[in-house]
Amino acid sequence: MRNLLRRQLLAFTSAMVLALGWSGTALAAAELTMYYPVAVGGPLTKVVDDLVADFHKEHPDIKVNAIYAGNYNDARIKALAALKSGQPAQLSVMFSIDIYELIEQDAIVAFDDIVSTEEEKQWLKSFYPSLMENGMTQSKVWGIPFQRSTIVMYYNKDAFRDAGLDPEKPPQNWNELASMGKQLVKKDASGNVERWGVMIPSTGYPYWMFGALTMQNGQVLMNNSGNQTYFDSPAVVEALTFWRDLGTKQGAMPSGTIEWGTLRQNFLEGKTAIMWHSTGNLTAVKKSASFDFGVAMLPASKRRGTPTGGGNFYIFKQTTPEERKAALTFIKWMTQPERTAEWSIATGYIGTRPDAYQTTKLVNYVTQFPPAAVARDQLQFATAELSTYQTGRVRKLLDDAIQSVLTGAKSPEEALGDAQGQADRLLRRYR
Amino acid sequence: MISSSTRTQVYGWLLLTPAAILLIAFTHYPTVATLAKSFFSTGTVTRPTKFVGAENYALMVTDEVFWKVVDNNIWYAIGTIPASIAIAILMALWVNSSISARGLVRMAYFTPTVLPMIAVANVWLFFYTPDIGLIDQVLGLFGIPGHNWLGDPDTVLGCIIVMTIWKEAGFFMIFYLAALQSLPPELNEAARIEGASRWYYFRRVTFPLLMPTTLFVLINAFINSFKLVDHLFILTKGGPDNASSLLLYYIYEVAFSFFDESYAATLTVVLLGVLAIISVGQFVLLDKRIHYR
Repeated sequence: MRNLLRRQLLAFTSAMVLALGWSGTALAAAELTMYYPVAVGGPLTKVVDDLVADFHKEHPDIKVNAIYAGNYNDARIKALAALKSGQPAQLSVMFSIDIYELIEQDAIVAFDDIVSTEEEKQWLKSFYPSLMENGMTQSKVWGIPFQRSTIVMYYNKDAFRDAGLDPEKPPQNWNELASMGKQLVKKDASGNVERWGVMIPSTGYPYWMFGALTMQNGQVLMNNSGNQTYFDSPAVVEALTFWRDLGTKQGAMPSGTIEWGTLRQNFLEGKTAIMWHSTGNLTAVKKSASFDFGVAMLPASKRRGTPTGGGNFYIFKQTTPEERKAALTFIKWMTQPERTAEWSIATGYIGTRPDAYQTTKLVNYVTQFPPAAVARDQLQFATAELSTYQTGRVRKLLDDAIQSVLTGAKSPEEALGDAQGQADRLLRRYR
Repeated sequence: MISSSTRTQVYGWLLLTPAAILLIAFTHYPTVATLAKSFFSTGTVTRPTKFVGAENYALMVTDEVFWKVVDNNIWYAIGTIPASIAIAILMALWVNSSISARGLVRMAYFTPTVLPMIAVANVWLFFYTPDIGLIDQVLGLFGIPGHNWLGDPDTVLGCIIVMTIWKEAGFFMIFYLAALQSLPPELNEAARIEGASRWYYFRRVTFPLLMPTTLFVLINAFINSFKLVDHLFILTKGGPDNASSLLLYYIYEVAFSFFDESYAATLTVVLLGVLAIISVGQFVLLDKRIHYR
């Protein structure tokens, strides 16, 4: 009796072992979980699902579960929570500026430590350098650019004609922005403004817009170790003064803060002739503009400039070497020139590497719709988005400083000096 | 043999258990854990959590943003509570009298309550938008120039208060309406025979009899003024320069944008303390002045 039981047990166990071993080889050599955010909403989840399905066809040995995780903030919270719960994802798309937070949590691994072959090392260098800035620190690559954007200037050509300006000559520098902005303001008989010249949004992501102004004035906002900010440097103060004066002194822009969420509507209804906004709005503006509009690079002060924005691929530290290899294979596949071109056309995000713009698809698209090339051409002047240790706090310090100046509560020197003082206190222990 | 009194005891505890488990797991334990956490530092992998005593509280006292949001929250409470209660009573009296299309009016007053706060905020965002918004368009008809309602620190909190009153008054109206319908009609008849004016009747009869409802509504309104922050995510994100930020929104920012769990716990303890004190105070003070039947 006992013997029989033992035999049965043995048979059962060996069957289990066989079954497990068999299913393991048949299904996938590696199974990966990836969180990804969608910041602009809409059918992007389908685009990602289709890309992943195509990947499975070419790599049947790797299974990727792509999980939509809300906005950038949600994606970071979910990925870090999964990490703490012991069921971590192996890779994720997260905000490019989350890098220091992720390094401090010891959550991610540098790509330099994973790549082995010469071809893989070359791949790390195949992206636009300005898009790599937010993914590099401690002279290592931690994030691979994926869904990335910049700020561009949208302008209403009809309004330019109406104001007697050449619709093919958008403002090239700050002086022109101010003077043309003033000229574009239209008032009714009783002196009420019917159309503003310029609107630069100052809620939601004021630090991002400000990053463009400071770069144009020749000054970055932080160092590339993420432990020093330059909020009180004279060029930064001058940039904020210029932003404020566009409203209070020049009268080209409404004073007070300008709402990020409704700005596109303002532009589409002709309430402002020029707006600065993310390239992510290009498709939406193209679809709903009832007038002739143009897209141009942001104007220059000492030089041109814009921060980049958007999400990068990260690989988590709690992974086996096989999983890291598989994740690398997947990321390399997703960032191939062809895929990058498809992704860029479907979403409006920038093609992250120069050779993507040499693919037939993107060449044709850019010929049909030249504004799509503005963001690319502007990339050579781009810089990193504000990102430091304690990045949420530091960002809010700058946001509050900008808003207090635009609403007239503080002077630029005072507000930025305070912000710098507090940022120094937060960042001192990372130096 | 188990005595019958023991059995009753066990029986009683068994009945309590499901509720007790839920309360302990989701209310009492988090409260205690929050209190405990407020005495520790926020840990990262490279810097583990350690006991820091009252350091978080000391930080809070010197935190300008904290005092700003407390100040805002007080004004927000003062702005929303009395106004929404007064409007709720007026609306309840109005729809309790015999007017035509009473059902329709009641429904209209109640509609804002059933709408999700996020949806409401999205609608009001376009009301308040400068130049193209509803408010500026209506003002424009009278030749009044547009105003940057949400972009001006002087008007932003007022805008939020108005929207909250609009959202809340209908909800409170329902309670007053129920209370009014339970008042015996003889009182009104007697008052009329005595020749009391309608205002006198309201002041000396209706309002005192509504006091239990008022207490209930008051507590709810108070809690809501600290609890409702959904609209800030859409309307202002607390800006400009924290001019419209409220305590709970600030807690959210600290916890999920700054990832400073300990400081968020500290702020939460303060919020819990304030709410507890106010609730107890309201029960003790107002209980004496209420006619329970």
